[in-house]
Amino acid sequence: MTAPGEAPLLRIEALTKSFGGFVALDNINVDIGKGERFGLIGPNGSGKTTLVNCISGALRPSKGSVLFGGEDITTLPPNQRSHRGIARSFQIPRPFRSMTVIENLMVALDFAASRHLLESASHRRDAAMAVLTRIGLASKADVSTAALTQVELRKMELARAMAIGPKLLISDEAMAGLSTSEVDEVLDLLISLGGEDIAIIMIEHIMQAVMRFSERVMCLDAGRIIAIGSPSEVMGNPRVQEAYLGT
Amino acid sequence: MQKSSIAFWCGAAVFLIVVLVLTQTIRNEYPFFAGYVILQFVVLAVAWSILGGYAGYVNFGTNAFFGVGVYTAVLLIKAFEAPLGVQIAVAAVIGSLLGFGVGLLTLRMRGIFFSIATIALAIIIETSVTNWRFVGGAAGIQLQRPPVMAPFDTYVKMLFFVQALLVVVAVATTRTIQNSRIGRGLQALRDDELAAECTGVPTLRLKLLACVISGALISAGGAPAAMYLQFANPESAFNLNYSVSVLAMSLIGGTAHWIGPVLGAVLLGATQQLLAVTISSEVNVLVLGIMLVVFVVGAPKGLIGLLRRAPSRIGDRK
Repeated sequence: MTAPGEAPLLRIEALTKSFGGFVALDNINVDIGKGERFGLIGPNGSGKTTLVNCISGALRPSKGSVLFGGEDITTLPPNQRSHRGIARSFQIPRPFRSMTVIENLMVALDFAASRHLLESASHRRDAAMAVLTRIGLASKADVSTAALTQVELRKMELARAMAIGPKLLISDEAMAGLSTSEVDEVLDLLISLGGEDIAIIMIEHIMQAVMRFSERVMCLDAGRIIAIGSPSEVMGNPRVQEAYLGT
Repeated sequence: MQKSSIAFWCGAAVFLIVVLVLTQTIRNEYPFFAGYVILQFVVLAVAWSILGGYAGYVNFGTNAFFGVGVYTAVLLIKAFEAPLGVQIAVAAVIGSLLGFGVGLLTLRMRGIFFSIATIALAIIIETSVTNWRFVGGAAGIQLQRPPVMAPFDTYVKMLFFVQALLVVVAVATTRTIQNSRIGRGLQALRDDELAAECTGVPTLRLKLLACVISGALISAGGAPAAMYLQFANPESAFNLNYSVSVLAMSLIGGTAHWIGPVLGAVLLGATQQLLAVTISSEVNVLVLGIMLVVFVVGAPKGLIGLLRRAPSRIGDRK
């Protein structure tokens, strides 16, 4: 969480997003601190992915603003946000299918991470390999993304996001469709990635994962924040239980 | 400079020297007359592949860019008697402006919708030129060639050499794009535009760049056609066959490497020339269609795909 006096890493102010008459997000206000592990939950259609899209730039909010490191980024395109250190994975993996795993990472290094001064091609390859080793995909570096399993694709997306050198990593249901042991694997990975000044927003339906991962949890329902606080507080909140289980 | 770059530029120099020597030693004009068309298609196919191959935006309006090149030359000849070099340079500028416009289309349109929009663009421009009296209107315009420059003894030989120069420019440009991060960015946005954006790729800027370069090269490649035929009319300058041929050449050659469109254009262009002489020019289109079907079914990655499966991998050479 943010220390007093210090500007938050990400500040979302009065953010509203509507599609025609449908209000997907309604007046969302939240701060996310440097290095914070933040869980985002809510039933299907509650606006989690819409919020992520507004943060990463895939969607423009109808009202309100998004501030990153004190700078207003509400109208910036996604590529400029990634240059500033916002990285994301997708709910359904979106690899660059005509490329190998390491080439996927090279895109990030070529475009987003130029500030790291990775000038020569061999430096960039080393940097990409370092990220892959950390994620545990080094052995698949030269494999085509078409040949990856689901869990490897998820890891590849995280690796590609990490290659940007992010300050904020948004993981959009990176564990959906994985087996229990694979969920633990990805969760351990996410926990290990956070901490070093990388804040992580994790969207997840698997509650054990959210409880273990998050320092703070926010629950959305029908585009509004219905609870925010420590994992146990939010889970104990009757409105959250109602949203998930119905009355 | 890298080893591969040295090899490439040596190859380009040898190519130009051979072309020059041929124009000085062969007296018969016909090989140059036929060869010009093949070289022209190499320029068009290579230029097309920048947008259609790397970026995955299938431009069906090659004929629009080609026709704009031809008519830029016509206008310059008629108004100022401008020399060939000026015709080509101005055509490239106009082509790049048109490319910028097409690039803006990519903001809203993808896939088949983008392709249809480029066809519409070609029709709009053709209709405008058809109704423009100064450049000959629907009936077309006869053009007088200026005296040929040394060391060439005929104008066609000179045009052949000029087109060979354009081939080198087009291939060198495409090769530079392919080997730079721009190439990787285009490939990324072809695979997934949103994922590319979120990975830091400035997709709009790269698409505009690809459209501008591709458009400039196609129009530049079309400009000498005015003097080559000594005649221009909208129907032939904006013929949809250019779009279809260039697309087929790129796909048959393969778009993963710049050599693909070169091979495709040489193979198809030569076949077309041969058929035009031995059977009839109408059979061209039929053969084109058959070859396209055969390749789409048998070798979807084109000649490059076939060669890459062979032991000596051409893709390893840059």
